[in-house]
Amino acid sequence: MIALYNQRKWTFLSYLIALVMMIPVLIMLVDGIDASTQLFGHLWQTVLPDYLQNTILLGVFVVLLSLIFGVVSAALISQTNLLFKQQLRWLLLLPLAMPAYLVAYLYTDLFDYAGPVQRNLRLWFDWQSPTEYWFFDLRTLSGAAVMLALVLYPYIYMLTRGAFEQQDQSLMRAARLLGLNAKQTFFNVALPLARPAIAVSASLVLMETLADFATVQYFSVNTLTTAIFDTWLGYGDMAAANALASVLMLLVLCVIVVEQRGRAGLRHQSSRPNMHKELIQLSFLQQIAASVFCWLLVILGFLLPFALLISMAVEYSNAEQLANLLETGINSIKVSVIAATVAVFIALILGFYQRLHGNKFSHLPQQISGFGYAIPGTVLAMAMLATFAPLDHWLNDIAEFFAWQQPGLIMSGTIFAMIFAFVVRFSAIANGTIASGIKQIPQSLDYAPATLGMGLIKTVTRVHLPILKPTILIAWLLVFVESMKELSAVLLLRPFNFETLSSQIYQLISDEMLEQGALGAILIVLFGLLPIILLNRKREH
Amino acid sequence: MLKYIIVGLLLVTSFLSSASSEVNVYSYRQPFLVKPLFDQFTKQTGIKVNVVFAKKGMAERLAREGKYSPADVLLTTDISRLVELREKDLVQAVNSAVLKEAIPAQYQANDNTWFALTTRVRNIYSAKRLGNIDFNYEDLADDKYRGLVCTRSGKHPYTVGLIASMISEHGEEYTLDWLKKFKQNLARKPQGNDRGQVQAIHQNLCDISLGNSYYFGKMLTDDKQKVWADEVYINFPNQNNRGSHVNISGVAMAKYAPNQANAKKLMEYLISKPAQALYAQTNMEYPVRKGVPVSDIVASWGQFKADDLPLEEIAKNRKAALILLDKAKFDL
Repeated sequence: MIALYNQRKWTFLSYLIALVMMIPVLIMLVDGIDASTQLFGHLWQTVLPDYLQNTILLGVFVVLLSLIFGVVSAALISQTNLLFKQQLRWLLLLPLAMPAYLVAYLYTDLFDYAGPVQRNLRLWFDWQSPTEYWFFDLRTLSGAAVMLALVLYPYIYMLTRGAFEQQDQSLMRAARLLGLNAKQTFFNVALPLARPAIAVSASLVLMETLADFATVQYFSVNTLTTAIFDTWLGYGDMAAANALASVLMLLVLCVIVVEQRGRAGLRHQSSRPNMHKELIQLSFLQQIAASVFCWLLVILGFLLPFALLISMAVEYSNAEQLANLLETGINSIKVSVIAATVAVFIALILGFYQRLHGNKFSHLPQQISGFGYAIPGTVLAMAMLATFAPLDHWLNDIAEFFAWQQPGLIMSGTIFAMIFAFVVRFSAIANGTIASGIKQIPQSLDYAPATLGMGLIKTVTRVHLPILKPTILIAWLLVFVESMKELSAVLLLRPFNFETLSSQIYQLISDEMLEQGALGAILIVLFGLLPIILLNRKREH
Repeated sequence: MLKYIIVGLLLVTSFLSSASSEVNVYSYRQPFLVKPLFDQFTKQTGIKVNVVFAKKGMAERLAREGKYSPADVLLTTDISRLVELREKDLVQAVNSAVLKEAIPAQYQANDNTWFALTTRVRNIYSAKRLGNIDFNYEDLADDKYRGLVCTRSGKHPYTVGLIASMISEHGEEYTLDWLKKFKQNLARKPQGNDRGQVQAIHQNLCDISLGNSYYFGKMLTDDKQKVWADEVYINFPNQNNRGSHVNISGVAMAKYAPNQANAKKLMEYLISKPAQALYAQTNMEYPVRKGVPVSDIVASWGQFKADDLPLEEIAKNRKAALILLDKAKFDL
């Protein structure tokens, strides 16, 4: 790519943003350096190996399950003559709107000993006590894995289906001409070609899993996140907690690097994706099996939990909750709107830096600013305090020196720190979406305005931005929804008298009283549906 | 650009320094427990109460905020947190004759840095089907209860407090052994909250559980949970020896409290008769103030003997308790 522009200001700004976004991570690493080796020794000799094992097992289970759910459904939708394909195509995306901790709670409620399922079983078979029959226990590591996979598989489904649908059909035809049947073509050509998409989405799923804390905590599955909490809150050792968090983050960075290495040079772009595609014809039995598979995913991942929520809301809602909901709802929307707007703005600056200042390193700011996605919310929140509290002190000291009115904790004590945490954590999503949108703009549109003597800012605002509008909207919505769901950073960084939907729901869940918050939960899910609907509409057109 | 930043900063600061008559609370306690108390306080004094509720990371936040912290009053649910706050030098002594007189000596710090508001017992709940039994905490490790015991996470402050008191009584070696056998007796991995264990007894999953006293009263007054509570007895352990383990909920003043006078008023309000009565009636806790009656339900459980181990002793053994929990792999 030719470097079209070389504006110092833009370059400076891009690196500055990347640096600012990295600061919390750096502070965490530095803080972790003087961790007490004594406490580490104790943890290592007792529980840490188990925690590590659980973390790895959970990661592997969730990724494997999500791969099965996501890749198989993507293949069925894009490659076969499955019935109700048009409906399933977007229905399969819906679980994305469900926060994992919510699904975990709802299913525990449903399948517990006292839940309706076991109660009815006991009635039918006249069992009296739990010793008389076997029933699966959801509150286990595998239970947590299933819960997480049920709401995370759509990442894999979405990207893999996209990859299948954009593949160059002439390659498939060539394969057929060389004697492969439709199935062999799929396994030998289409599937390998989709590998980059599968790898990217699987790494997303893995990161989400490692960052999860509410689900594993509710299921009392002890993972590295548990260890971080224990060392920090139990032993009161922030340095050791930071060190553990750094280990977790390094794990995630390894995943990112391996994933990127793995698909280096595997770029496959289709020039003719819209050519008529030959579909694999399913036999009657296959048709049934495939339908059951896809519909089960939709039902278990979305329809059933959503129905449970609605029935809870119908049974327990009252006027007081509605008033409460309004207040927390507005709080949630406020912080999420700001976070989404900032994240998209940053993504645009970095995206265009990469595109229009093409040099060997121009992708760096974008990549660096995406690291935050890998940091669990709690750890990030700790890093925010470590970053902004000293800054606040500094500001106040200056004010004191000049005998001005002291501003107080304007960064660490307000929603600023919370929003900053959101932006750091979800920038990767905005970056990814915007970057892929920019990639789709033909390069000629960069050159044409330049030849006409248009300046950089003008080119971007008059040419690129209008084309990007739908992408910008989607990026904005994705960050918005993730911010609505985000929990740990909110719990730790809330200012006075400030509750969001997610923090309220979490508190109710930890008191086993979700009924009181069912309305709020429904609201989160409904907001979560918005980008899905939009994404779907964009793909259709 | 700079102009906007300045305007923005000014706007934010004007928000922050608007009300003058207010008091800021960092609370480990849940909103629905303390909200009615704050509402009453505001009604009486006109002082607005601002609250952040957080179970996790309060001390860390306070420490990071340092001398610019807006926090005035800190509410906690157990003694260890209070002592932790003092150890980290985050609280200040409060000299108040009102507090000093109203609270029994063993329930306030010698140096006036913390004050208890209510006490709670760590009870053993047992299925009615077992009959009436005199329990000791030591019995939780007894072989005859193999597979019959349920509890929440060992790392929960309430459990840690109990284990710390066991260390004071028996030493670390005995306690570790006790924890290991206790773990072997568990019907399932530690999970859920105190009420969830009673539910499990109701479901026949186990026969014995650990739980704080007030939960029993709360369950009895909850339509859905009453059926669970009806299945169990609430037992006050160790009545024939040292007495039942008691923890406190308490209050302290932040070291850099900007509204000290209001903070003191709030603290004194919380120990006043009406506030203590509210604690007793709505939360089913034992008020520390003498002469404030417990609720009828709590009174129906009868008198009990409390372990007179000094509370600071429990806080001192907290870390040792955590280490033993890890060694016994209690939660795994």
